[in-house]
Amino acid sequence: MSDPAATHAHQFDDAMQQREAATFGMWIFLATEVLFFGGMFLGYTVYRFAYPEAFAEASRHTLLSFGGTNVAVLLISSATMAFAVRAARERKRTALVWLLLTTAALGTLFLGIKGFEYAHEISEHLLPGKSFQFGGAHAEMFFYLYFLMTGVHALHVTIGVVLIAIFAFRAWRSDAFAQHDTPVDLLGLYWHFVDIVWVFLFPLIYLIDRHS
Amino acid sequence: MKLDADSKTYLCTTAALLALLALTIGAAFVNLGPFNTIAAMCISIAKGLLIILFFMHVRGSNHLIWVAVATGFFWLGIMFALSLSDFMTRGWK
Repeated sequence: MSDPAATHAHQFDDAMQQREAATFGMWIFLATEVLFFGGMFLGYTVYRFAYPEAFAEASRHTLLSFGGTNVAVLLISSATMAFAVRAARERKRTALVWLLLTTAALGTLFLGIKGFEYAHEISEHLLPGKSFQFGGAHAEMFFYLYFLMTGVHALHVTIGVVLIAIFAFRAWRSDAFAQHDTPVDLLGLYWHFVDIVWVFLFPLIYLIDRHS
Repeated sequence: MKLDADSKTYLCTTAALLALLALTIGAAFVNLGPFNTIAAMCISIAKGLLIILFFMHVRGSNHLIWVAVATGFFWLGIMFALSLSDFMTRGWK
């Protein structure tokens, strides 16, 4: 499926090989991201095995409705992103702009919901530090990991929203991806990865021992 | 690279992901003992696979991409296996 209209750099045989090289590079980056988040997931696993009761008690004080809604928001944003990638491939500029804007809006909604959650938790004295008032040091470790992991994830969502907005603007202003839609592909891969991280964070944070 | 992407595939994937979200929340309120966490992780892995295969188009990708995807998770497995084989066995005499 080589496209004669598409340009490619001289070191590549054709546009398709160039696209594959870019996709390969993005997956290498995502592998480093897997290990970056993996270190925090490993820390969580070690402490949860060490202090299961404190983690269960602390987890029951997280806001399940907020966390669950945010899973749905990110999953739907992944779907709109997938449609955006396809619109870019099919050179449908108007659809691309609107799908990117919808994705960015859903990402912003995620951050808004997370912000309400943080505000609630800080007012309940669940932020680790001097003002922390909930159980002992083991519960504090849960909330330390909670704020660290969701915070780093929220940073990734923020970066994604900014990039998606820039891409939407460039597509609208100058039809920037008409001849070269690979950047949209790679942005999509990043956004889906951020979604996957939340898919794993959600049960580990919000769903420990909910039945008791 | 073939883009395996009809609207039906995307919509079915989205519906399956939302159904699995409902399932994981529902399962958390049933007492399965230690299997609560195992069930939750299995559902998360299923969701992750759906996203990787269909949204990230790995299903239609060449083998190089499959290797790159597997590499990240394989090294994650090494990190967990070696670290936990220490932390989980410290109480053993």
